[in-house]
Amino acid sequence: MAGKYVEGEFNIHPMDQFKVEGLFNGGATPQGFADLFMITNQTLWIALTVLAIIGLMVLGSRGRANVPTRMQSVAELTYGFIYKMVEDVTGKDAVKYFPHIMTLFLFILFANLLALIPTSFSVTSHIAVTAVLALMVFVSVTVLGFVLNGVGFLSMFWPKDAPAALRPVLAIIELISYFVRPVSHSIRLGANLMAGHAVLKVFAGFAGALGLGAVFPIFAITAIYGLEVLVAVIQAYVFTILTCVYLKDALHPHH
Amino acid sequence: MATEAATGASSTPGMPQLDIGTFPNQIFWLLVALVIIFYVLSRVALPRIGAIIEERHDGIANDLERAADYRRQAEEAEAAYNQALIDARAEAQRIAAAAKADVQKDIDAAIAKADAEISAQSAESEARIAEIRDSAMEAVEAVAKETALAVVGAVDADMADADAVNAAVAAQMK
Repeated sequence: MAGKYVEGEFNIHPMDQFKVEGLFNGGATPQGFADLFMITNQTLWIALTVLAIIGLMVLGSRGRANVPTRMQSVAELTYGFIYKMVEDVTGKDAVKYFPHIMTLFLFILFANLLALIPTSFSVTSHIAVTAVLALMVFVSVTVLGFVLNGVGFLSMFWPKDAPAALRPVLAIIELISYFVRPVSHSIRLGANLMAGHAVLKVFAGFAGALGLGAVFPIFAITAIYGLEVLVAVIQAYVFTILTCVYLKDALHPHH
Repeated sequence: MATEAATGASSTPGMPQLDIGTFPNQIFWLLVALVIIFYVLSRVALPRIGAIIEERHDGIANDLERAADYRRQAEEAEAAYNQALIDARAEAQRIAAAAKADVQKDIDAAIAKADAEISAQSAESEARIAEIRDSAMEAVEAVAKETALAVVGAVDADMADADAVNAAVAAQMK
């Protein structure tokens, strides 16, 4: 397959970094349910994400110090940040869902940040991952909405303040936008991560091909890397705050 | 060999993200990870961090309360100190006034005594001065009489009548 690329040409494969490959079977990609338990490069980085979260939130808070260590301070800041977000956006009665939202936030945040380590694997750039996260939110919010409000949850789609003639039209638009939510929710995260990492790879390919002129692509990589750090945090934040907003619809559908 | 070529062809040119064959594997491990994270967070990490923050809040509130307490005590102590100062000042003034009155009494007595002595002495002195003056007048009269007698005797010895001269001198001296 390498023979497909002519020697001396730009030899850039920005999408290769996203390939899911088994770690212990010579790099074969998993095929359907037969390879359900295969340990892949993605499995490794998902595991590292879990370990990083445990490291920060469990080991970091191990000292239970009144004057926190650096790690404990970061853990407390993260806790306070998301707790306040849930409280402010969703409401005081939503704090019982705080662990769920914290799980989402920490997983996305750490997956995003670990993906910025060179040669690592970007877990959250995979639509399979982000779609599952978004669908989990969508299904839980919808189920919760009906369980808590019964059929009254449907009143969310019926704009009472609009003129009577417009109401059915608006209701259809509301309904469509409701079902588009998980799509935008998941693609926003996955596409942001994928695009950023692909761009980094493209510039890295330029740097490899330009010899001394590589200074410019390297400068660009540095700048884009900074941007990607920002994107990693912001996308985790956006995903979480949207989850809070959707959850608010389930808890208080009437306003 | 043929299957490998086929999978390679399906994943290499396009987006690996859209390789549906990898989805079950990805989703399986994702769910495993989420379950682990959720249990670790909800059982261990979040209650612990929540408790730490709560404890710190309580501690700070307690410290503030204690500080307010100490402040109140300090204010009370200051008030007591000021009161003591005022009392001491009044006492000092009272003692000073009493001492002043005592001294004044002594001074008055001493002055009265001195006045009495002075007036006694001056009376005595006046008496002596009067005495001296009288004796001086007598001496002047005697000298005048003798002088007059001698003058008269020198002018006319027959006219030197001692009694007449003395009477004339005494009349002149009055």
